Amino acid sequence: MARFVIRRLLQSGIVLLGVTLVVFLLLQLVPGDPVRVALGTRFDPQTYEALRARAGLDQPLVVQYFDYLRRALTGDLGVSFRSGRPVTSIVLERLPATLSLALTAVLFALLIALPLGILSAMRSGSFVDHAARVFSQFGVSVPDFWMGIMGILLFAGVLGWLPPSGYVALTEDPARWASHVALPAATVGLVTASILTRFIRSSMLEVLSEDYVRTAEAKGLRTRVVVLRHVLRNALIPVVTVVAVQVASLLGGVIVIEVLFAWPGIGRLTYDAVQARDYPVLQGAVLLVAALFLLVNLLVDILYARLDPRITVR
Amino acid sequence: MSDAAVLAVTDLTVTIGTRRGPARAVAGVDWSVRAGETLALVGESGSGKSMSVLAATGLAPRAARVTGQVRLLGTDFTASSPDRRRRMRGRHVGFVFQDPMTSLNPVLTVGRQVAEAGEEHLGLTRRAARARAVELLDLVGIPSAAQRVDAYPHQFSGGMRQRVVIAMALACEPDLLIADEPTTALDVTTQAQIVELVADLQRRLGTAVVWITHDLGVVAGIADTVAVMYAGRILEQGPVDAVFGQPAHPYTTALLAARPDPAAGGGDLVTIAGAPPSPLALPAGCAFWPRCPVRGDARCEHELPPLRPVSTRHHVRTFYPQHADGRAGHE
Repeated sequence: MARFVIRRLLQSGIVLLGVTLVVFLLLQLVPGDPVRVALGTRFDPQTYEALRARAGLDQPLVVQYFDYLRRALTGDLGVSFRSGRPVTSIVLERLPATLSLALTAVLFALLIALPLGILSAMRSGSFVDHAARVFSQFGVSVPDFWMGIMGILLFAGVLGWLPPSGYVALTEDPARWASHVALPAATVGLVTASILTRFIRSSMLEVLSEDYVRTAEAKGLRTRVVVLRHVLRNALIPVVTVVAVQVASLLGGVIVIEVLFAWPGIGRLTYDAVQARDYPVLQGAVLLVAALFLLVNLLVDILYARLDPRITVR
Repeated sequence: MSDAAVLAVTDLTVTIGTRRGPARAVAGVDWSVRAGETLALVGESGSGKSMSVLAATGLAPRAARVTGQVRLLGTDFTASSPDRRRRMRGRHVGFVFQDPMTSLNPVLTVGRQVAEAGEEHLGLTRRAARARAVELLDLVGIPSAAQRVDAYPHQFSGGMRQRVVIAMALACEPDLLIADEPTTALDVTTQAQIVELVADLQRRLGTAVVWITHDLGVVAGIADTVAVMYAGRILEQGPVDAVFGQPAHPYTTALLAARPDPAAGGGDLVTIAGAPPSPLALPAGCAFWPRCPVRGDARCEHELPPLRPVSTRHHVRTFYPQHADGRAGHE
């Protein structure tokens, strides 16, 4: 197990190295000059050259890249063009907001999708099943920003139950955090829930037709035991992957939702960095997202081995 | 059908709703099995042998409509509540299914799967059920059962898995064991071991056995009575010696003739020409008529022959019962 984790971490390091290279080169292709943007109307050639030299932008690309990499290894991802603050701390500051939104959204999604998916498979063809299918069709077809706006109109506007936007840290005031996270998490969670409901339903249906489910029924076990012990445990194995992919992509920040709800997460940060052509911040954000993605994947592989005894991690 | 029967079905009919209309998988079947006795249900794939047993024990698919009467240990099983049926099934009937590669849950240890019926029906604690699982695995001949109890199905061979399934079926010391083609998916040497194991357990535990198979060799070896099924109906039934010794139905005769005979050398295999009718469109008369080598007259085509006795316990459904020498005779 330990060897597996170490090997996977080394592999992840190589992938991350690739990510830095791709991000670095990609940003060279983007039109627009960050120094010009930073200077704005205060432009004059002398300051321009000085600033370029300070950022190392007058060096050859290869030098720039290795420079960046060397410093990245020590945790120094450069400084923001815009604010002049270190990128590492800017990016890490945004992590709790995104993390709390993503996890709340997935929790919300699972609370809906698990019972709905199970029920819809158990009673396939029934009213519940049709309702579940309409729900998931709705969830995947309707754009999340529209759902977010409707949520704001209803819960913040008409009913006035929840604040329309903004963020309070969980550590600062849990109750106010909850009231602020509810709308964006429900918006994101609804989309995730509809994807998961479909997936859980079809996975359950597949397992329900397995011979070993008939064996369990032949033993005269209660339906609850058959479903929970025999069907669900098998049906959830592929679902874990889908949940993980969802978690990983939410950790990358849901740009539209974070902008809509003024949620200061990674998505919002990425958006602002692109707007301002703040390359160092953008690089830092992408790198962090890639690292989180790899971490989630590693956790899934370990979880897989725990759920399915046929898989061993070595 | 005396009350001594462990399981007796009367006029059992199973109709399955399909997109192309109702399919009659089982059409009015009577059979019964007594304690310590083995009933063999034989027939081609789709003849309704498995379906009649699944329906009788409440395991028919949801799309199936089951009518008729089923008595399990003297109680009216069909009239019982679903919950009572579930409890009776688990406590009194054990099942061994065809493919041991798929009939065990891949994510639970074999011990857990053998133990859970005891927990449910005998009220054993988890620990006691586990100890019992070790005993059962030992009983069915799994070497070092105490260690193997925590292994997963994929760590066993096909034959060993089928032994696990048998241990599972015996967990509550059932009065009836249903073996649905338990050797079909196994290689020949393993087949013989499994047949021997079930026969041995039956002798020791006095269990009634319903053995579903298309292997006539197995039937001759282990069964007391046999019912030959075709297109959802019983064509011939009776003591195995009588049915195999003096087959009265042209279908039984043809089936017996189709057995490969190693002594005859490597000639062509004897087959029965044609295929069984679709359960969506069963003929009005004898379902075997289109393939029948005897081919009596128009009556066979339009009128269903009744199941009539040839001797006291030997019944046959044909207008033209065969004589012992294999020739057709008149009523």
